[in-house]
Order: sequence, then structure tokens, then C-alpha cells
Amino acid sequence: MPTLWVYAEVRGDQLTPLTLEMLTCAAEIGRAEVLLFGPAPADAVATLGAYGAAKVYRCADAVFADYLVLPAAELLASLMAQHQPDAVLFGTTYLGRDLASTLSARLDCGALTDVAGLATTPDGFEATIPAVGGSYQNRATLVNPGTKLMLVRPKSFEARQRGGSAEVDEVAAPVSEELRRIHVTETVAQKAEGPSLEDATIVVSGGRGLKDGANYHLVRDLAELLGGAPGATRAIVDAGWVPYSLQVGQTGKTVKPTVYIACGISGAIQHLAGMKGSKTVIAINTDADAPIFKDADFGVVGDLFKVLPQLIEEVRKRK
Amino acid sequence: MNIAVCAKSVPTSSVVITIDPDTQRVVRDGVSHELDPAAECALEVGLQLVEQHGGSVTVISMGKASAADDIRKALAMGAERAIHICDDALAGSDTLATAKALAAAIKKESFDLVICTTEATDTYSGLVPGQVAELLGFAPLTFAREIALEGRTATIHRQTEDGYQVVHAELPALVTVMSGINEPRYPSLKGIMGAKRKEVLRYTAADLGLPATEVGAAGARERVLEIAPAPSRAQGRIVTDEGDGGVLIADFLASLKVI
Repeated sequence: MPTLWVYAEVRGDQLTPLTLEMLTCAAEIGRAEVLLFGPAPADAVATLGAYGAAKVYRCADAVFADYLVLPAAELLASLMAQHQPDAVLFGTTYLGRDLASTLSARLDCGALTDVAGLATTPDGFEATIPAVGGSYQNRATLVNPGTKLMLVRPKSFEARQRGGSAEVDEVAAPVSEELRRIHVTETVAQKAEGPSLEDATIVVSGGRGLKDGANYHLVRDLAELLGGAPGATRAIVDAGWVPYSLQVGQTGKTVKPTVYIACGISGAIQHLAGMKGSKTVIAINTDADAPIFKDADFGVVGDLFKVLPQLIEEVRKRK
Repeated sequence: MNIAVCAKSVPTSSVVITIDPDTQRVVRDGVSHELDPAAECALEVGLQLVEQHGGSVTVISMGKASAADDIRKALAMGAERAIHICDDALAGSDTLATAKALAAAIKKESFDLVICTTEATDTYSGLVPGQVAELLGFAPLTFAREIALEGRTATIHRQTEDGYQVVHAELPALVTVMSGINEPRYPSLKGIMGAKRKEVLRYTAADLGLPATEVGAAGARERVLEIAPAPSRAQGRIVTDEGDGGVLIADFLASLKVI
């Protein structure tokens, strides 16, 4: 049975949902072990055990929070050399991408990104990867000897408790000064109101069809009325209309709401990659040929400056 | 300040990217290409830093011979010179082989700072910059929304899931910038004329000391076993707004019991 390691991440005093999703996946196909580096909640080890971790390599040192990438990569590389796991799973997050890319170069082993399904084979692993915004599906593998590195796509596996508890292996933090080169001096959280984009069951997103940042309030108003979260395409984030934290897409957040309402969004690959898993998609666009309509369960070809205010009015009336 | 900016030629944004089922690669022949708009943001950062601190920007690109036009655009925008890594042996390279080629070209000279986009606008894997940083031993400063230099210290605002972090490191460093953090300049007429006379250094894999077994499809650790069109959604109901579009969507939401 293969041993799969999961690199755990903590946000806002909690293990991230993606950590538990990856852990569930790992425990289903092999022996799951977790790397828990840096400050973590008191019940983290118990939670990890309940979701299938047989073992937790724990190092609570603050060095991992204060200095990016290098201390974690160093400790991971030395643990990998010692224990030779078959795979290490990272979340497709800012930190996950930094660690996977650094380690793949250091260990000369490559890495798979955007893994949405994983199975074992006689010679290793086979991953399912949505490509080109989900319009293709790849089956891919890594052929390097030794440990395989993979970045896992959020919301691809359902986190499930299996019961059980994890043995803890306390490991020492690396101490070399050389590793303390990327120094975090300040962390700023920009809190939004309402449900978070990743957790919302309804997401209303706006794209370039809004024509101007000042019109984004239409998206925000509808999201608020429906008890959902507002989102955005990379184009309007790049244009500075809304903050990065609202971006849905390959670079931004992956969402899987019950209802996704795309307003003035053409359906670029970058955007589809982040919302294709939505249960029901509604699209409003002036261009009948916009790719978003191919993925829409219900679409209105029309001017969103007429359709959206009418929709907002209707929702108000019927509530 | 000696700055290298990595830039890639990608299919233009209006092109629907397709994958050749036989080669399992993105179809590039007969498809119009442009300088990656995200890489233009990285270049703009480099040009601004040079304006403030002196020095020069070298643009480095790995791609087919046809990428020359896009490299010329980077020169017209203000890069001093270019390095074009171009060799059929590199076709089919995975992320690590690409990173090895870029790092080998960067290592031939003495750069203080390498700037990349967080991910190219065609494949979006986002692994190459981190790999290049590691191969060079440069400090990776990733997902930057803002960059400042003071002496030999680079400080960035690094994007996080719910805000940002202020992060700094000593040079040499590799910075990846989020696309859209600036408005890349248009090449001026003078820039376009001047670009024709600027140096474009060409390297093959052999020039970079990369054995054929380590690059291209032969050296790839990442193997695609099969690629197939994803099952598409059942065709939904698409209507043209005749003054009742909003009402129809409300009806649809009601049928889903959302309202």
C-alpha cells in the first residue's frame, strides 16, 4: 500500500477544507500521513486523525510562518529523504505552489498540477486533470523515480471523517540562518462581508460586460439579496475594479456553488477553470456566441443593464 | 540593476485553445500568437525599476522561431536586449525542463533580479518560476501585487487567500507578479524602430549544456497518458431578452427553490 503525505495548511485558526479533502483522498488509496508545520489549532492532530491520518509529522515552530518557503522545503526534503513516501500532496494554493515548485527543482522530479482525481497503478499514480478550463480531461502520471509531487485542486474530493487517531512524530525545525531569507513582516487580512466565495451556495460574478467598475454594485446587490457571495473574472480584477480576493478562476478561487450567475462574462478558459463544477449555471451576455452559454443551464442573451435591474427587482418582490 | 524578465509567446486571447490528440500538446501552428499579456506586466515592472534605479532589462523567452515577433515587441517596449531559447529538441518540455533551460540561460550572465508572471496565460501551471528560483538559488518572492527596491532589499506585497503579506528578501531574488498589477506601456514608434537594431541572442539546448535526455518530450517527467474532450453539459435553455429576461431568470431561480 502506498504512503501518501499531505501538506496541511491552517487559515484563520483552522485546518483548511482543502487539507481535509486531500487527506480523505490519500486515506482512500493508501496510508495517509500529514505534515503539520507552523502554528496550528490545539485540536488539529485529533481532526487529522479523524479524517484518516495515520501519522502526523508535527513541528509547531513559528519559523514557517515568519519565513516563507525555504524552511518548510528544507524540512520536507529531509523528511522525504528519511522516509521515502510514494507521493506528497499539496493544495493548489499560494503556499502549495511555492513548495511544490521549489521541491520539484531541488529533487529533480517534476510535479503534476490541478489534480482532480487520483488512483494508484502498479508503477505509481494516475491523476485526472481538467485541462484548458475543463474543456479537456487529461490522464497523467509522473515517471520520475522516487516520490511523486502533486498539487490538488480544491473541491475535487469530498472530505469525510473515517474515525481513527494519528500517531504524532515531533520533528525539529531547521535552524540554518540561510533559510531565513524570505521574511514576512506584516500580514493583512481584507475581510469581506457575507459568506466567503468558497463557501457560498450562490455566487454572482461579473465580467468585462459590466463596462465600468462603478457598475459592479449590480453584481454585489444581487449576491447580497440571494444570500450569496460576489465574484469576478480576472479581466475586471486586472482592471482594478474589484480586489484580487474576489477572483474566480484558475489563478483565483475555485467555487462549486449550487447556483452560479455569470453576468457579462464571456467564458474565458481562465474563468471556466474556477467555476465549471457549479451545479447550475445561469449566464447573461449580449453575445449569443459567448462560450459561457455552452456551460449554462439557463442563459439570457441580452443587455445586462436591463436584465440585472429587472432580476434584482423581481427577487425583491418575491422574497 | 541587471534585470531578466521571462516572457512567453502565447495564443492570442481570442483563440480557443485546442489540444492535438496525437501529440497531446497545445496546437500552436497556424494559430495567431502574442506576447503573453501577463508577461507584459512583468516587463513593465522591470522597466519601471530600471527607470528608478538604473540598469537594464533583458527579456528571455523560450519558444519557436515564430516567437521572434513577440520578442521584438518586448524590445520595442523598452527591454535592452533579448535571449531567445529556440530548439526543436525542447519541444514537449515539461515545467522542470523549461525551468532548466531558462535557469541555464540566466546563469550565463549576472542578474540581480528575475521577474516572471505568476503563470503564463496558456497553460497556467505556475510551476516554472519557483523551479527557476530554486535552480538559481535566488530567493523566490512570489505572487507580488507591489514591488519596491531599496538598496539590495526587495520588498513585495504578496497576495494571500484573504489579503496580503509584506515580504522582503535580499537580492538576488526572483519575483513573480500577478497579472494586472500595472498597465503595460505601448511601444512607441521610436521604440519600434530601435527594436530592430537590438541584440537577440539565440541559444540551443546544447549551448545551454542541456543533454537531449533531460529536455523536450524525452526528458519529461510529467507524462500525459490520454487526453479527451471533457463530457459537455447538456445544452441548457438559452433565450433572447425580449424585455422579460430578468423575470425569466427569477422564474428559473424559483424553480430551483432559491427564491
